[in-house]
Amino acid sequence: MTQATATPAPRPAPAPPRSYQFPRFERSTLPNGMRLVVAPVTKLPLVTVIAVVEAGASVEPAGKEGVAALTARLLPEGAAGMDGAALAERFEQIGASVESHADWDVTAVSLTALTKQLPAALALVRDLLRAPEFPEREVARLKEERLAELLQQRTEPRGLADEHFSHALYQPSARYASPADGDTSSVKALTRADVRAFYAARYRPAATTLVVAGDVTMADAAALARDLFGDWVGERPTPAPAGIDAVQGGRLARVVAKADAPQSELRVGHRGILRTAPDYFDTMVMNAVLGGLFSSRINLNLREAHGYTYGAFSAFEWRRGAGPFFVSTAVKSDVTAAAVQEILGEIDRMRREEIGADELTLATSYLDGVFPIRYETTAAIAAALANLVIHELPDDYYDRYRDRVRAVTTRGVLQAAQQHLHPDELRIVVVGDPTVIAAALGEVAGVGAEVVSADALERRA
Amino acid sequence: MDIPIETFTLPNGLTVVLSEDHTAPLVAVNLWYHVGSANERTGRTGFAHLFEHMLFQGSASVGANEHFELVQRAGGTLNGSTWLDRTNYFETVPSNQLELALWLEADRMGWLLPAMTQQKLDTQRDVVQNERRWSMDNQPYGTWWERLPALAFPTSHPFHHSLIGSMADLDAASLDDIAHFFATYYTPDNAVLSIAGDFDRDEARRMVERHFTPIPRGNGRPPLPDMSVPPTFGGPLREVVPDDVMLPRLFLALRSPVFGSERYYAASVAGAILGMKRGSRLYRALVRDQQVAAEAQAFTYDLSKGSDLLVLDVTARPETTVEQLEEVVHAELDRMVADGVTADEVARVVTLIETEMMVALQSASDRADKLSMFTTYFGDPRLVNRQAERYRAVTAEQVNAFARERLGRDNRASLIYVPRSADVEPTQSDLAMAEAP
Repeated sequence: MTQATATPAPRPAPAPPRSYQFPRFERSTLPNGMRLVVAPVTKLPLVTVIAVVEAGASVEPAGKEGVAALTARLLPEGAAGMDGAALAERFEQIGASVESHADWDVTAVSLTALTKQLPAALALVRDLLRAPEFPEREVARLKEERLAELLQQRTEPRGLADEHFSHALYQPSARYASPADGDTSSVKALTRADVRAFYAARYRPAATTLVVAGDVTMADAAALARDLFGDWVGERPTPAPAGIDAVQGGRLARVVAKADAPQSELRVGHRGILRTAPDYFDTMVMNAVLGGLFSSRINLNLREAHGYTYGAFSAFEWRRGAGPFFVSTAVKSDVTAAAVQEILGEIDRMRREEIGADELTLATSYLDGVFPIRYETTAAIAAALANLVIHELPDDYYDRYRDRVRAVTTRGVLQAAQQHLHPDELRIVVVGDPTVIAAALGEVAGVGAEVVSADALERRA
Repeated sequence: MDIPIETFTLPNGLTVVLSEDHTAPLVAVNLWYHVGSANERTGRTGFAHLFEHMLFQGSASVGANEHFELVQRAGGTLNGSTWLDRTNYFETVPSNQLELALWLEADRMGWLLPAMTQQKLDTQRDVVQNERRWSMDNQPYGTWWERLPALAFPTSHPFHHSLIGSMADLDAASLDDIAHFFATYYTPDNAVLSIAGDFDRDEARRMVERHFTPIPRGNGRPPLPDMSVPPTFGGPLREVVPDDVMLPRLFLALRSPVFGSERYYAASVAGAILGMKRGSRLYRALVRDQQVAAEAQAFTYDLSKGSDLLVLDVTARPETTVEQLEEVVHAELDRMVADGVTADEVARVVTLIETEMMVALQSASDRADKLSMFTTYFGDPRLVNRQAERYRAVTAEQVNAFARERLGRDNRASLIYVPRSADVEPTQSDLAMAEAP
């Protein structure tokens, strides 16, 4: 045995903290309304660029669900006289593979490259944003790939649970009820003309922000932006329609049938709150204690005390509309109802009594201390700046972040829990084996569990 | 761009690597133990990984659940991971909390056993069994993690068996196993400690000495059995697995030169030309031109012992049959063997790989992990600064030589997932026959 015989040293106290500042950044606007955000960070000769366009799923015309994602993915598949293969080669020759995708709020075209390649990389981004061609063949191919992805999801419990949870939470007419990238019927119906119309309506300089973080000066970035985008014209498009986050309300328990599943994939939640809510920080800290951290109540309960799961967490998903609040976990089938009971119990406890002072400081000192660690890379800094743009947060948001986290109190956490957790509204969706779980789940939920098939959403469509 | 590196060794054999960088007030601590699933004994598959879980259950001075809590309360991030031939533990903390991270690592390296209880073992066994269900058993194609190494390495080889372990073997793990594994492998002379980020080197050295010097050297770890295998399979291997999936998917593994060896870099470049990003051959031919695949990529395991594996991973489109899928993937490999690659193709992927390596070096955690890796495998952390030039030195001729030697039909092991309803005969390849010496 090599067990050490000497006594271990006592736990050391921390040294005085060193100060940290989120990278300085500057904003400017071109005469055509295109905005520029630049953060010079000179650690390594690298630059990250994110072009943020107000062209997310939430501004899609009714009946064209998935057109935002399809349009975004088509940008690098043909532009400025180059086909997709040629474009991929051009980007990769300079070491910069480009990503282009749409989420609920925006489309983002992003890449990280060596500083010396920035002019060439940004010129290619210009081609994607201003001269995409949407070749018919590529439109058809990317539609088929999305349909293949949806087909695969029928046996993939996590994607299936997410999709059925959104569908159970939001009203059928609300955009948030169906997948951001579109479902089978909406994707099948999309045409090249739909893509071109969406592009023409949404890709405008006044709806675009170019975020640049890394080894570059504001002057150089601004000159490049002026050269490449200065003569892009177009008016600011209309904002997103209302009603994208309308919910059904009330408690519900639903089993999505997956025969013989060894595990149940759980989503338990309801509509969350707007990113602009005045008690955002109270709510974020409340969620950290409930299920946001490894050492949170839900994870310690389900994983470390009961061994029901490999992991469990809760989250508020921040979108421009009210995205969901949900608890997510996968548990062994025969403890499904017991796990749901524990989750319901933890949500109740959060609303019933103030958290302990130790729990508060665990969450706040974590969020405070980890702040610099989140922004080690140019990509992370650029993403943080894009976040300011998407949610229209003030320029001093990151400078004030740590103070605002530290200012949260146990009282504020309790109030946030009472205002933003709604046990009666919880939608409980479980992908699992109904013969093992449905009866007990219905009992725990108190509303009876309905059972639907994995392809229920497809057949409805 | 070179990162600064300094090393020293404690009398108990612990190798320490320091890399200073004062850009931000944070520091990464990373510990590699040179033990993984390859070291497990018969009947204890999955034990190295279960043991990794137990290292987060406290030690003499650290209570149950306290390890995670102390690091998070300090504002740090942390985790651990188990691989075929190593296990790592790592945290990134605000730089003023460096000593806490070192103290936590030292406490569990030196004084783990007093905190081990049957109840903690039982709970973590449940957690790991749920991890197995989550990552493999209840996930489409999930079992490829254990089926592919099982297909590509002979039954007796240390890389053959499952890393996550069988349910029965996990059930059999005992506190005695914990004590024995700990005494055998979790010793300072079988570990590398790397620290990267914002610290003062003299102060860091004093902290390391204070906390790790009292831990005694081990008795020497038992040697692994002979890991060497022939350079090719000596014939095609093929296994068809009906699974709860909607689309067929082919994992095609080839034996290739071990990570870090002279010939590894040409193999890595060949893999990138085949399947790195959208400019790659597989994406271009199968996804873009022929439209028979929904996804296509290639990667290497980066194994440093015995043999590495280069893996092509291609998912069929709904209308593509398994036969078509196999045929087009084999055709791409045949084409590379017959016609070789161009200097332009080599240049493209070397530029991509170089940029990716620099991007990764931005993170203190990544720097510390690479330092631990090169020290554990090759005894030389400075190799981290030599990787770019080794890639730049790769020529099209070297890639073509690799292709001729290793991409032939005698070196392809195919693991094919098919929908349960599909009309494909399930097969089990006969490893004993294929691997006869």
